[in-house]
Amino acid sequence: MQSEKQSISLTKRILQSISEAILIPFLAILTAVIIGGIIIWFVGGDPILAYKGLIQGSMGSKKAWSETAIWATPYIFAGLAVALAFKGGLFNIGAEGQLAVGAVFSALIGYALPGWLGFDLPAIIHLPLTILFGMLMGGVWAGIVGALKAYTGGHEVINTIMMNYIALNTTSYLLNGIMKDKSPTNVIARTPLIAESARIPAIFDGLRVHWGFILALLVAFLIWWLLNKTTLGFEIRTVGLNPDAAQYAGINVKRTIIVTMLLSGMLAGLAGSIEVTGLNYRHELGFSIGYGYDAIAIALLGRSHPLGVVLAAFLFAAMRNGATRMQFLTQLPVDLISMIQALILLFVAADAIIRYIYRIKSKGERVVLTRGWGG
Amino acid sequence: MDWKRFSFIGLIIVVLFGVVVMVGQVKQPPLLIITSMLATTIAVATPLTLGALSGVFCERAGVVNIGIEGMMLTAAFFGWLGGIYMFHLFGLPAGVSIAFGVFFAILTGGLMALLHAVLSITFKVDQIIGGTVINILAVGLTGFLNRQLFFGKGSVFGGTVPGSPGVLPTIHVPITELFNSVCGASANCLQNVQAINRVFDQKPIAISAILLVFISHYVLFNTRWGLRTRAVGEHPKAADTVGINVVKMRYANVIIGGMFAGLAGAYFTIESVPSFEPLLTNGRGFISLAAMIFGNWTPIGAWAAALVFGASQALLINMQIFRDVIPPQWSFLQESYIVGLTPYILTMFILTGIIGKTTPPAADGVPYEK
Repeated sequence: MQSEKQSISLTKRILQSISEAILIPFLAILTAVIIGGIIIWFVGGDPILAYKGLIQGSMGSKKAWSETAIWATPYIFAGLAVALAFKGGLFNIGAEGQLAVGAVFSALIGYALPGWLGFDLPAIIHLPLTILFGMLMGGVWAGIVGALKAYTGGHEVINTIMMNYIALNTTSYLLNGIMKDKSPTNVIARTPLIAESARIPAIFDGLRVHWGFILALLVAFLIWWLLNKTTLGFEIRTVGLNPDAAQYAGINVKRTIIVTMLLSGMLAGLAGSIEVTGLNYRHELGFSIGYGYDAIAIALLGRSHPLGVVLAAFLFAAMRNGATRMQFLTQLPVDLISMIQALILLFVAADAIIRYIYRIKSKGERVVLTRGWGG
Repeated sequence: MDWKRFSFIGLIIVVLFGVVVMVGQVKQPPLLIITSMLATTIAVATPLTLGALSGVFCERAGVVNIGIEGMMLTAAFFGWLGGIYMFHLFGLPAGVSIAFGVFFAILTGGLMALLHAVLSITFKVDQIIGGTVINILAVGLTGFLNRQLFFGKGSVFGGTVPGSPGVLPTIHVPITELFNSVCGASANCLQNVQAINRVFDQKPIAISAILLVFISHYVLFNTRWGLRTRAVGEHPKAADTVGINVVKMRYANVIIGGMFAGLAGAYFTIESVPSFEPLLTNGRGFISLAAMIFGNWTPIGAWAAALVFGASQALLINMQIFRDVIPPQWSFLQESYIVGLTPYILTMFILTGIIGKTTPPAADGVPYEK
């Protein structure tokens, strides 16, 4: 009897927590959409038409789906980067810079390596090298911040932001200088095209969606596995929940912080690498502006769970992709999407507001995401 | 602020000024370079000083505010917009429109801070997440309105950005005039006095920022208000027990902080240049936070740190001026992207705490639960 009762209450609790994990983000999105509609109406647009345009533009055709998947790819990687850091108790605002660094160095290996070696590489070697190098550099970029956090207590929030500006300056320097596309007609700060052997092939003929998207889904699964089924994942989560307890339990907290940032940066770097090798075939200054900030919203919306991140990435991708169609139908600027996304983020982050509006009782558990300046 | 940090600040400033004098001396006399660099330093440190003061007020009351960047950006936009509306739609004179612009900027900063206060004090949202929300919201809001209001369907300005009423004027301090009789006929003396005079000829927001540093210091450490503010930031429970309203004090200080950030925003679009562009704050809100931390959450310390960042920005500006006389072995100084790294690297270096650890208020970032 006793155990039966217990198992019922356990099932109930699991169901409750799942429904809450879905309910709150859903209501947050709904509220943001309603407020977005009011804003559209307020500036003289037609909200119904605008949202119709968004849906048509993101899911209305095979091509629309393919483009949405293309947008979703970097979002999944970057969202996972932020989510993984959150799990480890770190706030990585620097996905933006790590992504740019990953993209630049992938592009470098992509266009320059055959020239350095003096012979063409087969795709099976060149492509993985290109991706891995970008990923690694993204990891180093974040790893520096991790090391500063672990050994000096320099706060990762400010340091990742500083690294964003350093990345922006450095990439501007490189793309305007030694890495600039030297073709005579080019005036843009961008690299030359990468070699054919460093490109990710498309999945279907005639559609742009490439295997990088499938890789993103695989990596999402991999991160879930890492976090939940491995010792390292356990260490990351423990340090994230309570570093003092982790220290006491014999976990090397400093090492875990560095590894977490390293992995997080690698994921963000991967986002940049895959954009270069799968979609643009070069790095151009400014293509990735805002990805890092969207990634924060995606990680929070997905509640730092890899599956949640994938779903949230899809939502944001659909909005970005559908925005063009929306603009065409209603003449509303694309920036409107940033507004709605900011509102979604607001309500997801401040789920207390959503609970208050819809009268949902809290279970009384507070998830600690960041910790002040700590020191 | 202990001697270690002050001497570090002095050292960095001397090095930055030294570089400029060394490069520029073939073109201009050292005194002129130093005074003009000092004038630029004080001017460009203005938003950093105000941003850091904003942080000091919020965090002394126990609320972490990384949304200063977003508050500045929104205030810069609405201050500029308010000036344009007053000038073009209400037909007010330029000077009055500019004054309204500053007022709107301060108001906007206060309102954004109110949102931060609601999130972090009433709803007890994680304060760093709340600040990030403010930052992202600011980018979305200003980007959207900037395009919609000027280029959108039914824009009152018919698809153009109308001219702003202008920028705040420089306030001339009559030092040169004062020395006219002393110098007599010596042209050299007059020239030197004029060079020194440049340091004091600043614009209103820059001057008020410096005054606010000392006013803030007095308010925080010499008044009942300041004592209560610090009490709710250090030990809210104890403050509550002796009858201080923790929630009210925190709200008030966060909003005051937001108004400082709003004035910093006004610097960009009303004092520095009469135009707005998306993302124009360019990380200065975050650098302000670093200044606040390095200044150990004190107004005067934060100001000193802000001056270092101002000097590193003045270095960048001066390297552009002296671009053609940079010696070849120092050619990296020509690269604005490389010289532009200085404030960011300096920030990271300072945060390592090598120059001395700083201590935040004990209850900083912790929501108060009764």
